[in-house]
Amino acid sequence: MLTLILRRLLLFVPMWIGVSILSFVIVHATPGDPAAAFVGMDASAGSLEVARERLGLDLPYWQQLLNWLGGTLTGNLGDSFFLGRSVWQAIVERLPVTFSLGFLSLLIAVIVGIPLGTAAALAPNSWKDTVSIGVSLTFLSVPEFVVGMILIYVFGVELRWLPIGRYEPLSAGFLPWFYHLLLPALALGLSQSALIARMTRVALLQVLRADYIRTARAKGLPERVVIGKHAFRNAIITIVTVIGLSVALLLSGAFITEALFQLPGVGNLGVSSVLRRDYPVIQGLLLIASSFILVVNLLVDILYAMLNPSVSGR
Amino acid sequence: MASAAPLTIDEPGERRRSRRANLLLVSGCVLLVIIMLVLAGGPLVLKYGPNTLDYAAILTPPGSAHLLGTDALGRDLLARIIYGGYNSLFIGACVMVVTTVAGGLIGLVAGTNPRLDGVLMRIMDVLMGFPVLLLALAILAALGNTSVNVVLALAMVYTPRTARIVRAEALVIRRLTYVEAAESIGAGPMRILLVHVLPGILPALMVQETFLFAYAILGEAGLSFVGLGLQPPNPSWGNILGEARAAFQQASWLVMYPGLILAATVLALNLIGDGLGRAIDPKRRDG
Repeated sequence: MLTLILRRLLLFVPMWIGVSILSFVIVHATPGDPAAAFVGMDASAGSLEVARERLGLDLPYWQQLLNWLGGTLTGNLGDSFFLGRSVWQAIVERLPVTFSLGFLSLLIAVIVGIPLGTAAALAPNSWKDTVSIGVSLTFLSVPEFVVGMILIYVFGVELRWLPIGRYEPLSAGFLPWFYHLLLPALALGLSQSALIARMTRVALLQVLRADYIRTARAKGLPERVVIGKHAFRNAIITIVTVIGLSVALLLSGAFITEALFQLPGVGNLGVSSVLRRDYPVIQGLLLIASSFILVVNLLVDILYAMLNPSVSGR
Repeated sequence: MASAAPLTIDEPGERRRSRRANLLLVSGCVLLVIIMLVLAGGPLVLKYGPNTLDYAAILTPPGSAHLLGTDALGRDLLARIIYGGYNSLFIGACVMVVTTVAGGLIGLVAGTNPRLDGVLMRIMDVLMGFPVLLLALAILAALGNTSVNVVLALAMVYTPRTARIVRAEALVIRRLTYVEAAESIGAGPMRILLVHVLPGILPALMVQETFLFAYAILGEAGLSFVGLGLQPPNPSWGNILGEARAAFQQASWLVMYPGLILAATVLALNLIGDGLGRAIDPKRRDG
């Protein structure tokens, strides 16, 4: 178990260096000059030169890369062109919004997805199964921003049940926080629930075919115990992996959902930074988002080994 | 078929399962054909161009003059959806082709050449470590916002996923006896790759490309929705929905119709991919 964690951690280091370098390369691949975005279109050649010097763009390419890599280790990701603060600060102060949205969406995805998949797996090839497959394929096919717009129209405009386009921090109380986040979290969570439903169904179907399930049934255990205690314990291994993978997809979806609902989160920061070519923020976001995904993958691997004793030996 | 009595207990279930694979495939194809017919026949009946402004008819609800209503600039929504469909499908198809070629090549080389395998797959792993949309957005921010770059950005995001699947298939097929036999009679590496390994990969690749087409359409829609894909006034399903953000609270048709055709197209492709996958791989039939 410990060697597995250590080996995963050793793999983590080169991957992390890889994503840091790629974050730098993508942003510096711009054919124009990042400094031009900083000073504006109609700046003189002189002020462009000053800006290049201030941003360190006059240094040789390799030195810029080393400076960036060194900075990442100390949490110094540079300064935003437009926000008047460091990239690190800009991202950190928006993290609670994105985490709130991600957490609530994942919760919705799990609450909808696991029962949907279970119902299908318990009656394979029945009408329940067909409905479950149909529902999950539909959820997978409607983009989250269309779901979001429909939700806004129905619950925000027509019925006026829920507020739209505002965010209340958790410190303002649980209920306000929940009310303001419910619609965006539904928009983001429903498409994820489709993925979880599909994997739950496949995982359960596979487990239910095992001999030990037949034994459990043969010795007269009630179905509730067979499914809940025997089958689910094994199926959950696959399901946890899928939930881990969903985190990366949720993060992607958060960019559009936050932009649509005008939530002041990291995703919204990403979209607006790209629109106004705020290169340091884009670079910092690439690094932080991918580091986050790497850490989640690491945790999923470790959790997988803990849940499945046959893996931890390897 | 009616004369053959079931030989094993499994058979009715098995038949029902393959019937469902067919059902998925057929309903997906029917849906796709309907959408294609609408898009192809559209220009024959359209009374307006996609960019014809009519300030007298701003935000007209669906009716006899404008079948699906008009947007905030008085443009005919049906015309924009049809011409936007050409753009969305064309960009999606380009992404699919570029990704298939790039991902297929990388996967084939990695799967058959152990020396390059490690390096190539680590690069793919790093690319897959970024959130899909953020990576595409960042590439667009760096390269500039043109249709060609939208295709490049999305292809770069999806290539690692295709490369992985192709590599996994190639690793299996390379060890099969008939490939060994070809090697033993002196077939060169290029011949092995193209004549013996590639055909074995095609079924899995075909399934993957169907899903990929769907992802690419969704990806372009997402980028255009936030204002970074195809630039208005040139319509695409994504930017029609993006532009609708300002007015849809008074004009629900601006979301309903483009959203419906976008979702139906992606659903059709998902159905076809699912059905093909089940038909090709018997192990997946009940999965």
